[in-house]
Amino acid sequence: MLLKLTGGRIFDPAHNQNDVVRDIYIRDGRIVEKPIDGRVDEEIDVRGKVIMAGAIDMHTHIGGGKVNIARTMLPEDHAEAIVERTELMRSGCGHAAPSTLTTGYRYAEMGYTAGFEPAVLPVNARQAHMEMHDTPIIDKGGYVMLGSDDFLLRMMAANADQEAINNYVAWTINHAQAVGLKVVNPGGINAFKFNQRKLDLDEKNEFYGVTPRDILHRLSRAVKEIGVPHPLHVHGCNLGVPGNMQTTLDTIQSAEGIPMHLTHIQFHSYGTEGDFKFSSGAAQIAEAINKHKNITVDVGQILFGQTVTASGDNMRQFAGAPHSHPNKWVCMDIECDAGCGVVPFRYKDQSYVNALQWMIGLETFLMVDDPWRIFLTTDHPNGAPFTSYPHLIKLLMDKSFRNDMLSTLHPEAQKATHLASLDREYSLYEIAIMTRAGAAKLVGLADRGHLGVGAAADITIYTDNSDREKMFEKPDYVFKDGQLVVRHGQVVKVTWGTTHVVKPEYDVSIEKSLQEYFDKFHTQKMANFKIHNDEIVDDGRGSLTIQPLHKGGKL
Amino acid sequence: MTENSTATIWHEVTSPFCGIASDDLTIEVNGNTVSVVENGDAITLAGFETPITDTQPRINGKEVTLEQAVSHIAELMTRSKHPLIAGLGTDLNGARAVMALADKGGATVDSYYSPAAFRNILVLQDSGYMTTTLTEVRNRMDVLVVVGSDIETSFPRFFERIVWNEESMFGQNINAREIIYLGKQPSGDASTSPDGKRAQVIACDNTDLPEVISVLRALLKGKPVQVEAVAGIAISELKALADKLAAAKYSVITWAAGELDFDHAEVAIQNLCDMVKEINATTRSSCLPLGGKEGDATVNAVASWQSGYPMRTTFNRRYPDYDPFLNDSRRIVAENETDLLVWVSSFNTNITPPKTAATTVVLGRSGMQFDVEPEVFIPVGVPGIDHEGRTFRTDNVVAVPLKKLRDSGLPSVFEVLSAVEQAL
Repeated sequence: MLLKLTGGRIFDPAHNQNDVVRDIYIRDGRIVEKPIDGRVDEEIDVRGKVIMAGAIDMHTHIGGGKVNIARTMLPEDHAEAIVERTELMRSGCGHAAPSTLTTGYRYAEMGYTAGFEPAVLPVNARQAHMEMHDTPIIDKGGYVMLGSDDFLLRMMAANADQEAINNYVAWTINHAQAVGLKVVNPGGINAFKFNQRKLDLDEKNEFYGVTPRDILHRLSRAVKEIGVPHPLHVHGCNLGVPGNMQTTLDTIQSAEGIPMHLTHIQFHSYGTEGDFKFSSGAAQIAEAINKHKNITVDVGQILFGQTVTASGDNMRQFAGAPHSHPNKWVCMDIECDAGCGVVPFRYKDQSYVNALQWMIGLETFLMVDDPWRIFLTTDHPNGAPFTSYPHLIKLLMDKSFRNDMLSTLHPEAQKATHLASLDREYSLYEIAIMTRAGAAKLVGLADRGHLGVGAAADITIYTDNSDREKMFEKPDYVFKDGQLVVRHGQVVKVTWGTTHVVKPEYDVSIEKSLQEYFDKFHTQKMANFKIHNDEIVDDGRGSLTIQPLHKGGKL
Repeated sequence: MTENSTATIWHEVTSPFCGIASDDLTIEVNGNTVSVVENGDAITLAGFETPITDTQPRINGKEVTLEQAVSHIAELMTRSKHPLIAGLGTDLNGARAVMALADKGGATVDSYYSPAAFRNILVLQDSGYMTTTLTEVRNRMDVLVVVGSDIETSFPRFFERIVWNEESMFGQNINAREIIYLGKQPSGDASTSPDGKRAQVIACDNTDLPEVISVLRALLKGKPVQVEAVAGIAISELKALADKLAAAKYSVITWAAGELDFDHAEVAIQNLCDMVKEINATTRSSCLPLGGKEGDATVNAVASWQSGYPMRTTFNRRYPDYDPFLNDSRRIVAENETDLLVWVSSFNTNITPPKTAATTVVLGRSGMQFDVEPEVFIPVGVPGIDHEGRTFRTDNVVAVPLKKLRDSGLPSVFEVLSAVEQAL
């Protein structure tokens, strides 16, 4: 079956195609060359329409223990967003913490074809994959979390050589079936178990004597040396703390040129100026990002309304718990491995702090020059549910809309920002970079995020509309692996995406010390910790796609 | 796996029969006969060694093929105005199939263990909690308070595996761990330390726990308490406990909700959970709710991610409709509100369907005995014996793989219910 999409306006930044009119041919789920004999089985006339690769959310909490705690905890939030069953789709629900089925359908309806869970705890990875397995249509994958696990900290306290740490990181990525490595409040989750309440970049974990700076250094080196394409994914120290911009600037310095991705940077860009002792550090942070080409960021934009914050950072979530709305929250210590905290939250436009958070996020978007190094996220659901992306895109693409919104917010916060003077409006091409080509490059997906021959036919087609929110919330067509899954913003076919992983090589000798560690201290056997490939395939619906490593990484 | 001519030996086998899901069992399989060779206990022995008797599905007592049984269930589902899928002793994929079928068939789902599980879930939904997991307890706990529960009867290896291990990661003197029972007395010696120190017991009736917990929380908060005793416990004794909790570095408060069987136990649990949050203002303390066996934690987890809600959700109106009181399967059966009960119990032959006027379908473990023969009975395989599976532990974090130990040919709940769903 050969399908031709005729005459669309192509936005394919991976191939420097900015609004180029050309035809696309699809066969067996892939984009192919124009057939020599010119024969096509089906043709869709897409003249005048905007064509991009399927969008990729490179940081979204869609699966795993903390998300499921959030779901179970929030029946009242689901009650306002109940989804009926149809002939095609399962029932479900959810606004801030949607059910897995609803998550997949909604992403696809917005033209997204992949989402990556950024906080997979090694011991909870099995659950994260189970949930992602039950998330239809989109591709998925996870970044596995290290940095507060006792095994790593013991190694570091014992001055293990980098090779041993590389082995451990590679082993964990393999057996948690991950596509990248994440660190959350480096060492801080662990320190909280020893009753430390904060941990600055150069502050020592009182038991191990290890600092967050050491951890970042070891893990970012490991990721680079084992050839994992996605740079170390860093949720830094002091999330949400006024004045944390200095920690963030220091963290950028500490990378020493090694690739590092700083996630939900908005939550880490706060100063302490003004009457409220809370100010925007976006300008300084953006300047540092512009200068340090090894740094990438996603924003973690907040938008106003009810949501739930779900994080591995139980140290900071515990500190934020008094702000929970409604007043209920969970914090957990987990398996000498990590932790989590789930705190429902309502961002209010008439709150000085929340209004300024909104402004800081947008300032960051507008002041970071290179769209290849900044990504569009709300840190779903922490800043806002992912369903608000079309609204966020409009804020970025439409200055007058943005300034109209700005003028309704807390008046003191308006005085504390120079957002109104930022004239930049993102172009469609830049949106395509941030949400497609750049995201695929960052995650390390060789065959996604672009529209070249050989790419998976994950394609989204929009009708151009000057109201960018309307345009992006309802694509005309979405193809997933060549199959038409969405028409006029409605799911017309339910497929099951693949799970992207990387398989860096490791020396099996690491298993000797791990075996001993598991036997001595754990409540699970090492062999039972490992997630086998057939668990990802599972009932037959799932599949595993192994992405290539960077050169220099051992295969 | 090593083999000789007759028997197969399996190592590092996980038990789904207890919420702590020990995964260090050694098991011998000889044909269809399973024996626990190492690390067994009363619960795992019964769980693994219950023999297979019947292997053939029955309709009204007459043996039929699996296909006939499946299409009969599909017919019953189609005709039913309000099907109830309950019991729900099953694994991950069984739970997935239950949810898919309930969604398609407009059924209500509830688990046999919900009365206990909801004592905790209601707290989560109202105020939340701070909890910890088994490996943290094993390595960090210095004071353990066991509230109203004789945990060694339901979790026989809890103390051996979690408390009295040889060493902790942080150089703790294991014998110095303090164990305090509040409420029930322990029935045996599992809680006695390796060097012979017996657990402290602050005894009261479980029904007095709400009052005792309130006073303990008040003492921890430094509130004045006028009385000298509560439920027969001297205030000085509770004060000493409060001081221990305040001084501990990593105290753990545990309970088995199944044993807190008094009205509105969830409120007492909520008081405990709030108390633990308050202790964390200055030091670390965590709750460890114990439960989750035989798929209990699993079905709640799967229901939550697939529908947004745990058990006690109905799909009768084509969308998930959660009500922890109205959708209680025991209430529905007692009030004759269902016309079709689909009972799933693949782990435990003793967990049989309740007496009901409704047409009853049972997917049960082979060997299950009935007072009244159900309309349909399908002997199904046990996850972790007859087929592979995955199950969640009591801490709702760790999911463990279950092995297929023998080739009995018994179908899984997933296979049966997926076939029913396809046939609808």
